[in-house]
Amino acid sequence: MKQKKINPLLTAALLAGMLLVPVPAALSGARAERGSSAGPAKLRFMPLWSPQAQFAGYYMAAKQGFYKKRGLDVEILAGGPQAPAEKTLRTGGCDITLLWLSSALKMRDSGFQLVNVGQIVRKSALLLVAKKSSGVKTPADLNGKKVSIWPDFDTQPKAFFAHEKIRPKIITQSHSVNLFLTGAVTAACAMTYNEYHTILNSGFNAGELVSFAPADYGINFPEDGLYMTRTSYEKNPEAACSFAKASVEGWLYAFEHPREAVAETIEYMHKARLPANEAHQTWMLNAFKTALLPDGRPDNAGLLDEKDYTFTAQELKRAGIIKTFPDYKSFYKNCK
Amino acid sequence: MIKNKSLAVKLMLIFSSATVAVFLVIFGFNYATARKIIERNTRTQAELIVQSAVFRIEGVLRPVMTSVGSLAGFMSEGVPAQDRILRMLRDTVANTPEIFGSAAAFEPYNYLPGRKFFAPYCYRDGGKFRNSWLDGSDYEYFLQDWYQIPVELEKPVWSEPYYDEGGGNILMATYSFPFRNPVLKARVDGVVTADVSLERLTRIVSGIKILKTGYAVLVSKSGTFVTHPNTQLIMNESVFSLAEAAGNAPLRELGRRMIAGETGFSLINTATHGSCWVYYAPIPANGWSIALFFPRGELMADISRLNRETMFLSALGLLVLVFVILCISRSITRPLAAMSAAAELIGSGDFDAPVPAPETEDEIGRLAGTLRYMQNELKEHIRRLTETTAAKQRFESELNIARDIQLSFLPKLFPPFPDNHHFDIYALIQSAKEVGGDLYDFQMLDEDHVFFVIGDVTGKGVPAALFMAVTKTLLKVTATKNVSPEQVLAEVNDDLSEGNEKAMFVTTFIGTLNIRTGDIIYSNGGHNTPLVIRADGTASYLEPLEGMVVGVMKGMTFRKATLKLNPGDMLFLYTDGVTEATGPGNELYGEARLLADLQGVSARPIKEIVHGVLGRLIAFSNGDQADDITMLLLKYYGPEHPREIERTNNILR
Repeated sequence: MKQKKINPLLTAALLAGMLLVPVPAALSGARAERGSSAGPAKLRFMPLWSPQAQFAGYYMAAKQGFYKKRGLDVEILAGGPQAPAEKTLRTGGCDITLLWLSSALKMRDSGFQLVNVGQIVRKSALLLVAKKSSGVKTPADLNGKKVSIWPDFDTQPKAFFAHEKIRPKIITQSHSVNLFLTGAVTAACAMTYNEYHTILNSGFNAGELVSFAPADYGINFPEDGLYMTRTSYEKNPEAACSFAKASVEGWLYAFEHPREAVAETIEYMHKARLPANEAHQTWMLNAFKTALLPDGRPDNAGLLDEKDYTFTAQELKRAGIIKTFPDYKSFYKNCK
Repeated sequence: MIKNKSLAVKLMLIFSSATVAVFLVIFGFNYATARKIIERNTRTQAELIVQSAVFRIEGVLRPVMTSVGSLAGFMSEGVPAQDRILRMLRDTVANTPEIFGSAAAFEPYNYLPGRKFFAPYCYRDGGKFRNSWLDGSDYEYFLQDWYQIPVELEKPVWSEPYYDEGGGNILMATYSFPFRNPVLKARVDGVVTADVSLERLTRIVSGIKILKTGYAVLVSKSGTFVTHPNTQLIMNESVFSLAEAAGNAPLRELGRRMIAGETGFSLINTATHGSCWVYYAPIPANGWSIALFFPRGELMADISRLNRETMFLSALGLLVLVFVILCISRSITRPLAAMSAAAELIGSGDFDAPVPAPETEDEIGRLAGTLRYMQNELKEHIRRLTETTAAKQRFESELNIARDIQLSFLPKLFPPFPDNHHFDIYALIQSAKEVGGDLYDFQMLDEDHVFFVIGDVTGKGVPAALFMAVTKTLLKVTATKNVSPEQVLAEVNDDLSEGNEKAMFVTTFIGTLNIRTGDIIYSNGGHNTPLVIRADGTASYLEPLEGMVVGVMKGMTFRKATLKLNPGDMLFLYTDGVTEATGPGNELYGEARLLADLQGVSARPIKEIVHGVLGRLIAFSNGDQADDITMLLLKYYGPEHPREIERTNNILR
């Protein structure tokens, strides 16, 4: 009866919620060392979740030697439910990790000193998806309709509803899209690179769906960003920046060589004994292209937009999720 | 191109291509028909298999649905006590063997105010039944599909299949039935559920054996594989993810039709089994879909083998056909070639060239017979021709002799009287045939008189020549009797008419010239009127003198007339071969032309004058002589006048 088809986002969020216990910063981030004197700087990188194309850029940066080229000795740790990113960072299990901006702001609000050294996913991949057959054409059409949203990621959709001045009937969305598929709700949340593809692979054609990306309406909550503890960052900011730059290079390489990137991803998945679906990974990689390069300008890759930062932080504060948020400059270390 | 090929090649090409075409049409028709039959049979078979499978699957699902439905009915009648709910759940599980466990889950705080979670669960554990509670802080059942979807839809729902994590990784599905508040009917109070193991369903579907490699699959409402021969795909992949991975749009369309609850039969390409006929039909109870895959290669294996064998046999047959055609055409062309060679030899003159004997009664045989006949006829013809030619040559040589004899009759030495200075004669005869019927003659009757004659016997050739010889002889003999010319004609006429059965006759003009006086006495037997050419150069025809042709009728009389020649005058005699010579457009030479020719020629030698006329005649008729041409020119020099000496043989051959 207890269905466990676990959604990575949800689980990460749940775990993040459970682990919002401050850990002394001194315990973590001590491993980053200067590479100039003692050989290459060792960096342990913890992906946000189990191997998938969401991390293809880092895999390719490692494979193509982009890290090594910058004097880094990067170890990509095995991510997944057994090793939640936040917890690993808190306990010093890694030197650098991926976190959503909202999660990072919550950690920071809880007192954990961490800094953003590169914003990888600059445009939120969150979508609100409806069936055309339900008559929905514009966000306004959702007013009064049942819309399911993830309880732990409700700030962004709610901000979107406020922005559009609509009041849908909010249903709690869990780990499947079946509510949406069976027609129990008019619209549901979906990540472009994940649930949206699940919906397509449940027999709905893209042409039969209508989707709204809050980011397109200015309601942009940047997602995957590179985070380190302030301490370890300050020990070797060059290494941190090198990592961010090499990662971006890896991503650009992955977009140029999607087959190779997907093959490498699947290699990682096999190592982790995960069922691998090439089509899904290809889809995911493609979806990340827009997420990383929303303006199509590679030179802007890795940039945390101050407006997006402030907007996200303010919305989280207004929702009561955080009480305070740090100054943009003290939170984000621009490696440019 | 084909025009240049040999008959054998042509026949072979035409027959074999026609045969191949006919064969292909038959083969194609056969194949299409067989395919249609197989397709129809496959569909029928698939329908039966699917109907039976659906019936059996429904047999698993329907009792569950009925049980849960009645459970929900109870719940809507009035909120039962906890014990009673547990008993009802237990009864439901116990009475329906398909049900593994059953729950009644209430909306938050709906069962008891102050109690958020209320969801008792009864399930089998070996032969026993155990109770437990689904609620707990880590398991908000309100958010589960099995609860949320029926509540939101307000109707019973079968869940997507899932692996039961507690029950040994069994594939399960939950049937959830929302029940309403007994008082507030509009309000959904919660759901009752039944968990069903899909083992029996999957056994039913997996148990379907189709041919050797065919298979059946069961897919859920979202297209996820519930059963598949490749167990890796079960719950991991859907029809759509497979279609996406393979870039197989028709497969995706098939999946859409399946989850839409359609029934159908279509041909689809699969990554693992190639082209397959697929029959699919929904399971009405839960909206899932079952599909049977019949690999086309296997279905068509028998037909394909038959096709290969037919192809092989046909190729063999074609070879035999080609061989037979070659034999037939050779049997036709061999005698044809032999005949062609023989005909060539015959054409080149070898009439004894071997001609193939007719072996058959058909056209070729007849052609051989005809060729032989032609060869024999040709040989015979040539033989006859040779004989005829020989005869003709003999005849010709005889004719030549005859001609020589005939000409020898005629005086051919000119001048005939070289010592006589009073006159001169020049004559020529040119026969149209080897021997002609014209004649001329002259002789001295005494010292003062010269007799001259010109004549033309009817007809030509030997008879005319003989008649001419007779006539000449008679004239000469009679003339020497010293009688008048009209008497000569009368006598000769009588002699010739006698026994002249062939009714041949002769026209003749005779006369005697007194060389002392220049007087001429003449008579005419139906001959052309001569011309007189005076010494001054003027020429004119004599007055016509009537007279019958000679030799037709006995007892005819002829008239005589006289003419005075002065020194230098000439008398020109001729036969109708001169005036009736034909020129362009069948125009006759005519007397007028002759007259014109002879004007002003008096000063020229007599031989030149005669040959001048002949030359013009030949030019006029373009050498095409139809009749004998004879001319005689008598010139009188006078009693004492000397004359030039001409001594020439003027007989022209």
